[in-house]
Amino acid sequence: MDEIITLDYGSGGGKTSRLIEQMILPAMNSAELNRLGDGAILPGAGELVFSTDSFVVSPVFFPGGDIGKLSVCGTVNDIAMCGGEPKYLSCALILEEGFPTQDLQRIIDSLAKAAEAAGVKVVTGDTKVVEKGRGDGIYINTAGIGVLKYPGLSPDAIQPGDQVIVSGTVGDHGTAVMLARSKMMQGDLVSDCQPLNRLSDAILSSGAEVRVLRDPTRGGVATTLCEFTDGRAFGIELDEAAIPIRPQVKAACDMLGLDPLYCANEGKLLCVVSPQDAQRVLELMKNCPEGTDAAIIGTVTAEHSGKTVIKTEFGGSRILRKLAGAQLPRIC
Amino acid sequence: MSSKREKLLQYIAAQNVGEVCLMEVCGTHTMSIARNGIKSMLPANIHLLSGPGCPVCVTPPQVIDAVLELSSRPDVTIASYGDMLRVPGSRPGDSLLQRRARGADVRIVYSPVDAVELAQAEPMREFVFLGAGFETTAPGTAAAVLTAKEQNVNNFSVFSMLKTVEPALRALTAAPDFRVQGFLCPGHVATIIGSEGFRFLADELGSPAVVSGFEGEEILLAIALLVKQIAEGKPQLQNAYPQAVAPNGNELAKNMILRCFAPRSDLWRGLGEIPASGLALKDELAGFDAEKKFGITVSAAQVHTACRCGDVITGRIAPGQCPLFGTRCTPEDPVGPCMVSSEGACAAAYKYGT
Repeated sequence: MDEIITLDYGSGGGKTSRLIEQMILPAMNSAELNRLGDGAILPGAGELVFSTDSFVVSPVFFPGGDIGKLSVCGTVNDIAMCGGEPKYLSCALILEEGFPTQDLQRIIDSLAKAAEAAGVKVVTGDTKVVEKGRGDGIYINTAGIGVLKYPGLSPDAIQPGDQVIVSGTVGDHGTAVMLARSKMMQGDLVSDCQPLNRLSDAILSSGAEVRVLRDPTRGGVATTLCEFTDGRAFGIELDEAAIPIRPQVKAACDMLGLDPLYCANEGKLLCVVSPQDAQRVLELMKNCPEGTDAAIIGTVTAEHSGKTVIKTEFGGSRILRKLAGAQLPRIC
Repeated sequence: MSSKREKLLQYIAAQNVGEVCLMEVCGTHTMSIARNGIKSMLPANIHLLSGPGCPVCVTPPQVIDAVLELSSRPDVTIASYGDMLRVPGSRPGDSLLQRRARGADVRIVYSPVDAVELAQAEPMREFVFLGAGFETTAPGTAAAVLTAKEQNVNNFSVFSMLKTVEPALRALTAAPDFRVQGFLCPGHVATIIGSEGFRFLADELGSPAVVSGFEGEEILLAIALLVKQIAEGKPQLQNAYPQAVAPNGNELAKNMILRCFAPRSDLWRGLGEIPASGLALKDELAGFDAEKKFGITVSAAQVHTACRCGDVITGRIAPGQCPLFGTRCTPEDPVGPCMVSSEGACAAAYKYGT
């Protein structure tokens, strides 16, 4: 750990892992937390899924969404990826003195609308205001509880031969926010921010042999797949040509020196499924509004265990690694 | 695989040239080669080395130290392209990103003109734009200075780290252990200075030189042309990117550079001081020259570290041969600049390793 906290500790890459593993996990001493899933599965009246997420996006309004919608989708999606049916949310707002009430109303309305769309209720909340200069307009934390409907999802269940499916185009959210931030380019590029619990329910209720679901948020598809392969006895081979990427996202990333595979998604999931069920799950996803652009993008292999490898569209191959620090736009 | 690609690869493999070292001198080429996995496709006798083509990588630690010093002034905001933020100075771990976390005002901009706008919006602060790059970014930097002058934005200045490609290539090839047999010339720089800007490589230095585009196939084509020249023993300048590069380049952009900048001796990482290789703001624009405005002096003292970025960008070693590569030096905690920029040879080798 560095002496001070820098932005890299919030990037979702290696330093974020270090902060969690070196500072938070030892202090909390919680078996549930140690699993580092998107949420915790808890004993109680049936099995519960519990998850939390904080939202600090800037700008708070971006094409395709805002911090309110995002704060519902983020937590709902984490619960859904654990095989849970999201039921209840808490919502904590940290506001900076001087934040326009009108904007706050817009954000709360958007949050409520997203909760309704996802079929969850916000059941508890909290509001704090910090002095001007001590916050960035608005931060939101949500925590959510769901009922565990589909147990047993884990990257440990992945086997060679399994197929990797992505539910749609990659990198939309990260690129849309980056562009909104830069005020540099405009276009029809919008965030993919959306709840995924209906899509995940459709996948998991089909009876297909699904090994794991994960929503590739910060760090993008590449980092999530590296988390699957890291330290495990299988590899993943991606087919670059099969990965759906909007041409606008590709163009914007080329200009900014970013890689869509490392850009955040807020309404996409990765699904690893047995080879015999892959085609069926793909068709089923394509029939859901959240998964119309779904595609099989890779195969789990016995070779290059512990690594995620990509066969480039151009015909070469290279290894993908976890995102290292925040993506910074380059010079030219 | 497309048949054109296959034919190019077959052609390259069929040439009887023995071991061949080619050098690209553009960070965007480095990145495209890595991202497309081109090294994994080439025959084993063709070696691609990354030259001093990444603006971040050629900036020496002494200059970064001067920038860090400037960033500690409470009235100064540093405006920079993003990848400059992570470059460490001569003290390990000390970078603009670290300084920002400790309270320095450092902002990422996407264009030099953005920095002028920031300065207009906050007239009580001094905004210093870090003008890094080659002939490619120099016209944009010039445009920002001229805009600031026209609109009397006197709280804006540029710390020029701009460099020109030709003196560096001359210095590089003059080194006794230089082993590169052909150059993949940078398409972006060539759009400004023209393909003729690289004629000296073939005509004076006897080195094959091909101006290349950035798509995988364009790079393969340039490699094939270089290998052909080597096989035939006929070094020449070829423009394989004519859709973007004119023989004399872009007169308007060249004039912008001439209006604002004058050549000066400059420090390069790995190459040391090279006469007339940097671009300083002209005397009549001294008010917009951060070095003059803030009395910055860049120390010429050598900085010794175990980092071998200098050897990497001069083609002496591959990134993996540096003892720090992937262990003490990673994109997250870089020791040298080649590990910082996404265009850097070490970052590309680390991220896209095979």
